[in-house]
Amino acid sequence: MTAVEIQGVSRHFGALRALDDVSMRFPEGSFTALLGPSGSGKTTLLRLIAGFDIPDAGRILFDGQSVETVPVERRGIGMMFQSYALFPNLDVAGNVGFGLWARRLPKAEIGRRVAQTLDLVRLSGLETRRPHQLSGGQRQRVALARAVAIQPRVLLLDEPLSALDKALRLDMQVELKRIQREIGITTIFVTHDQEEALTLSDRIGILREGRLVEEGRPEEIYGHPRTEFAATFLGDANILRGQAEGNAIRLADGTLIALAGPAEGPGPAAACAVRPERIRLVAATSPAPAGRLNRLAGRVEKRIFSGASRTYFVETVAGSLRALVQSGGEAPFGEGEAVILDWPPESTIAVLPDSGAADAAVPALP
Amino acid sequence: MRGRWPTLLGQAWLGLVLLFLYLPIFVLALMSFNASPFYQLPFEPSLDWYRALAGNRQLKAASWNSLFIAALTTVIATLLGAMASLALHRHAFRGKRVLQALLFPPVAVPWLITGTAMLIFFFGVGLGRGLHTVLIGHVALALPYVIVVISVRLQGFAPELEEAARSLGASPWQILRRVTLPFIAPGVVAGALFAFAVSFDQFVVSYFLATPGETTLPVEIYSAIRKGFTPEINAVSTLIIAVSMGLVFLTSRFFRFGGVR
Repeated sequence: MTAVEIQGVSRHFGALRALDDVSMRFPEGSFTALLGPSGSGKTTLLRLIAGFDIPDAGRILFDGQSVETVPVERRGIGMMFQSYALFPNLDVAGNVGFGLWARRLPKAEIGRRVAQTLDLVRLSGLETRRPHQLSGGQRQRVALARAVAIQPRVLLLDEPLSALDKALRLDMQVELKRIQREIGITTIFVTHDQEEALTLSDRIGILREGRLVEEGRPEEIYGHPRTEFAATFLGDANILRGQAEGNAIRLADGTLIALAGPAEGPGPAAACAVRPERIRLVAATSPAPAGRLNRLAGRVEKRIFSGASRTYFVETVAGSLRALVQSGGEAPFGEGEAVILDWPPESTIAVLPDSGAADAAVPALP
Repeated sequence: MRGRWPTLLGQAWLGLVLLFLYLPIFVLALMSFNASPFYQLPFEPSLDWYRALAGNRQLKAASWNSLFIAALTTVIATLLGAMASLALHRHAFRGKRVLQALLFPPVAVPWLITGTAMLIFFFGVGLGRGLHTVLIGHVALALPYVIVVISVRLQGFAPELEEAARSLGASPWQILRRVTLPFIAPGVVAGALFAFAVSFDQFVVSYFLATPGETTLPVEIYSAIRKGFTPEINAVSTLIIAVSMGLVFLTSRFFRFGGVR
């Protein structure tokens, strides 16, 4: 097992700063998601770790040893491509055994390890099929098997599930997690899908415009995002803006919103994030309950029923807020009805407001 | 019933075109098996002309020259063409577009002009004329066809395939052998057939570049007709047509299946 570390890595393409001074650690056996919108530099970072590209600055360490100049074919990585990139002229066994063939292992050894790997991804019996004779999910497994058959030090996955339809994707998430645990390999995967990042990984790094915005365990980032960007990109969040006032934010109309911690931000402008599922919806006539709660009056704009839950869009002094309520139970509020939203201060996370304009100098990736 | 007449007319037209194309060839092939030397009926089946052809040293020597040069042209043009196509596909370099654009004019320029230019050039650089310059000329003529055909195939080649192979630890040679070549093989075969056809059917450039004593089959046939027609020409023409058509069929086969896989 190998620990990966990147230190101050930058990669520029002309005037474009695809990656700007990114440092991150990937502990042994960890499963890390690099999450970000397109153009955030996540794929550039993966290709740098793989060795397809060389950083302009910074170091990439495998177990403390610098590997920036080691070419991809000798770096000992296994990579799964978004398109799978299966060799169309080779059958499943030929694809999975390709890396072993390239290492000039004896035929019997190749056969043994191919069988073993196919067993791991539960594709035994399909050895002689060609890629075009396989379903999307099977192709994905072959691509994964091919990458792990060489017993790489690090497994890199580029948008591993994006080519699959939704039902299959859920299956494969479980499978991918199981396989990663079984071989215990340090895995780094790139995705723009926050749900995928949350379910698969035990660490998440959020990238934006070539910078690492936030890093940590999924629960940590989801529960306590430090930036508005992370709060809204990983999961859904209501953002309330106002002036910092100690452990609270004063909204434009003077309402004070209590926070879990001190307000953050450059200058007096501050923001906080509240997850929609933390917000409770009560009738406008109901009395204030005991205990410290943030309360905002509003009017239901619309509500969307999605089976297990309902989302209410409520117009308040802080703008339109979303509340996610378990469906069933009490009769739902109708559109146009006056309601009160309340939620505890512990669920009100102070976040660094999105500057937006501050990064305007950075040209966006296509 | 609407649309039936246009269909019928279209089929009739197609039939006429095919007749126009193939009737002379058919007559020629038929007459090569006719005993009469003057295109006369009744038809008397005979293999005399093929026997005569077998005894005709000059025609036989020219046939071997043609085959030899076509085979060598195929090997050289296909090798160079495949390498050039891969280079054009993989690398972005200065003047790449100009180079690619320059591949097409030789296909369009009349062979007469190309032949004259080559003759002058080969004399200028001291190569003179002979089968060696015929070979160089044929390779130059065939190369653009090979590059165009293989490049079309390469357009469908995902660069991730080679990247995947690299990530699995394969050397450039291993990648070429196991990944790239198998993928472009249909294009390479089609390109090779084109090269063979361009060389084997070549008259104008061969006429300019070969010396009278030692020449290729099309040039030899032309000289033979000028001296006086013999039905042996029918016989050798029939053989050439058979070879050429066979090659065209093979080419179209590879092209069709090459696209789907």
